Amino acid sequence: MTAPAIELKGISKAFGPVQANKDIAIRVMPGTIHGIIGENGAGKSTLMSILYGFYKADKGEIFIRGQKTEIPDSQAAIAAGIGMVFQHFKLVQNFTVLENIVLGAEEGAFLKTSLGKARKLLKELSEEYELHVDPDAKIEDLGVGMQQRVEILKALYRRADILILDEPTGVLTPAEADHLFRILEGLKREGKTIILITHKLREIMETTDTVSVMRRGEMTATVKTSETSPQELAELMVGREVLLRVEKKPATPGDVVLEVENLKVVDGSGVERLRGISLKVRAGEILGICGVAGNGQSELLEVLGGMRVGTGKVTVNGQQIDLTGTKSDARTRRKRGIAHVPEDRQTEGLIMDFFAWENVGFGYHDDPRYQNGLMMDNNALREDAEAKIKKFDVRPANCWLTAKNFSGGNQQKLVIARELERNPDLLLVGQPTRGVDIGAIEFIHEQIVALRDAGKAVLLVSVELDEILSLSDRIAVIFDGRIMGERLPSETDERELGLMMAGITDTDKDHSVKDIEANLAKAGGGSR
Amino acid sequence: MNYLDLVQILDSTIRLSTPLLFACLAGLFSERSGVFDIGLEGKILISAFFSAAVAALTGSVWLGLGAGIAASVVFALIHGLASITFRGDQLISGVAINFLAAGMTVLIAQDWFAQGGRTPQLSGSARFSSIDLPFADALRDVPLLGPLYAEALSGHTILVYAGLLAVPLTWYVLFRTRFGLRLRAVGENPGAVDTAGVSVVRLRYAAVLICGVLCGMAGSYLATGLAASFTQNMSAGRGFIALAALIFAKWRPWYALGACLLFGLLQAISNRYSSIDLVVIEIPNAFVLALPYILTVVILAGFVGKATPPRAGGEPYVKER
Ligand SMILES: Nc1ncnc2c1ncn2[C@@H]1O[C@H](COP(=O)(O)OP(=O)(O)OP(=O)(O)O)[C@@H](O)[C@H]1O
Ligand SMILES: [Mg+2]
Repeated sequence: MTAPAIELKGISKAFGPVQANKDIAIRVMPGTIHGIIGENGAGKSTLMSILYGFYKADKGEIFIRGQKTEIPDSQAAIAAGIGMVFQHFKLVQNFTVLENIVLGAEEGAFLKTSLGKARKLLKELSEEYELHVDPDAKIEDLGVGMQQRVEILKALYRRADILILDEPTGVLTPAEADHLFRILEGLKREGKTIILITHKLREIMETTDTVSVMRRGEMTATVKTSETSPQELAELMVGREVLLRVEKKPATPGDVVLEVENLKVVDGSGVERLRGISLKVRAGEILGICGVAGNGQSELLEVLGGMRVGTGKVTVNGQQIDLTGTKSDARTRRKRGIAHVPEDRQTEGLIMDFFAWENVGFGYHDDPRYQNGLMMDNNALREDAEAKIKKFDVRPANCWLTAKNFSGGNQQKLVIARELERNPDLLLVGQPTRGVDIGAIEFIHEQIVALRDAGKAVLLVSVELDEILSLSDRIAVIFDGRIMGERLPSETDERELGLMMAGITDTDKDHSVKDIEANLAKAGGGSR
Repeated sequence: MNYLDLVQILDSTIRLSTPLLFACLAGLFSERSGVFDIGLEGKILISAFFSAAVAALTGSVWLGLGAGIAASVVFALIHGLASITFRGDQLISGVAINFLAAGMTVLIAQDWFAQGGRTPQLSGSARFSSIDLPFADALRDVPLLGPLYAEALSGHTILVYAGLLAVPLTWYVLFRTRFGLRLRAVGENPGAVDTAGVSVVRLRYAAVLICGVLCGMAGSYLATGLAASFTQNMSAGRGFIALAALIFAKWRPWYALGACLLFGLLQAISNRYSSIDLVVIEIPNAFVLALPYILTVVILAGFVGKATPPRAGGEPYVKER
């Protein structure tokens, strides 16, 4: 029998009080695609980072192709033929593609020769694996999909035959994701071994040969993909039954709550990010906005949320909203019944060094209930926050932990708890489940639908087409700062939306990945 | 003001720019690697003292230079230890180094020489002598360019020429070598360097070391080339002006040369003229003396345009929260 490409035995790793990996064992056979799933904070990224020498395990052994191997740093991992594409890319933004690829793998002390050689090899690799990318483009000018290619090429350039991908599709359009999986299939046929971390069960079912499930730092199961089902995997992951589909009643839209007319936004460097957006959201309705990241959806949320100025006309419940003046701040918006779950929970949604109860209290803190003469009544604020933390099932339910000590999914629940408990007339919500595990997704979706059923208006922005399709009552596609068109979820599908997201209007024709890319590049879409 | 005046101003511009240039390039290496260094000033000062002291004691300016560089490197390593190994606050460590140097130099000077915190006057082989560039004498009489070459460019000490040479050298190292690529990368995204299999710590120490050597040369030139002894606090804010020049230069070597020459020119003008008569109004001396510092503030306040510092600058590289 052939030796496993990778075998880990008894790997443990603690970050301070958090035991991220507990006595983990896993075997991955060569020439297979091995999936790893698990809730947020289960320890998937940590385990793979140990294998890649980014973190050092406290205990445990690593065997590569049957050989016991010490991996104290990434250099050792690279030497052992391991390459990794991190969840958050490790690229130097103001370097070119070529410079990023040779960094650390230069031949000789002078750049001229190494860059020359690398250029040739890169061209061969690009052609062999259909990973086309301009070697002289700066990373900061590339979209995330392209950046990911650079990361994969970086690994291949170092002759990796074991490739680890940590949540690679979180940021990709459906077409890009399909392309990625075709490349992975090709690599597998060549005999390379691939480890794929993802939250999307569909990707696991379609591409992997075996799957391992992690829970709270432990490896709880490893199964053959052909012998399992999404339902079973979800249960293994969460430890209970999970609803994989959103259950919701048909919408009963009422009066128009939000009306946006010809909204324009110019960013700090003078680029027009929104080029005249008009839309309406009614009470008891969820309008989903989908688009490739960087096409203006973030700016739309930010203007409406009072974090940015813009021009045009916006009314909420018939009252016009100040877009540029002194009353254009987030606080005034909140008083008008607008709640905002920002796209980036860590930089905009929370203060990472503050306690959970403080974070859940923000924006309420000037409520008379929490005033005690000149002082704030912290006890009252904390008791209320504690109740919300319980109600929204934040884990651990300890209001004295700082926000940074929660996993991504639970951080998101903190923000959602704060905003939904305001009982707003209009909820602006961006990427509510980005990087969040299926258990938490189910819960967050239920809460958003419940708000809608209570007759509130919801504007949802997400790059996840699944999410848009299953939550929205109406869908608007945004491309290059404009609304490309509106669809009803029952009358469209991922393919059509994917093409519209790339700015293609004749969606009934066939379009190659190349066309789509060219179109996206033309608009500068997806960049930043 | 006639042409010869102008040539003489240029001559002193070059001399006054040299310590700034060394310090600016020192800061460039350090900050490009992601280690911010407001301790340039302290390193210049400590090096000025030890160069002057050792030159005075041994009579050899070269030993003085060596001692100055060694002292500056020790201080650079302290900064490295605090900010790279112990991941402390780079600002605080830099401030501490400035205080340490200011106090230590005077204290030791008083103990060794008992001349009120200064070193004895240096002369002869204890100072750098000036070098005449080839044909300087022959070309002196050529109109216009002759005096410029013979008076302004020729006749400086070896450190001045070393400083000027350091500019293309820095450019080459930074943009044409493997070391330079990695150095720039580690200041932008140490995670990328780490995961590419290169040691972040070693790179940053290398940069900090180079910074120490260059600051050492700045201080040494100050005490043994520009002046002829160490005097209390003789660096006079040059370390900070060099930092301003670095920002003005957007962390690029050739721009750094330009920025340092500009600051040197201002100093040369204020040294030469006690007041400037602009026909309509007379600018008083105090103002002229303050000009380089005023310009520093003005430039930093807004004339730089958009200067993006190295993205990971000032942040220790911490993997585990
Ligand atoms: N650098 C770090 N320092 C301290 N704690 C960390 C660090 N990285 C991860 N942790 C903690 O270790 C645990 C496991 O995190 P890890 O990132 O491995 O989870 P994950 O399974 O990849 O989750 P996700 O699906 O959200 O990416 C979490 O509780 C996390 O907060
Ligand atoms: Mg992860």
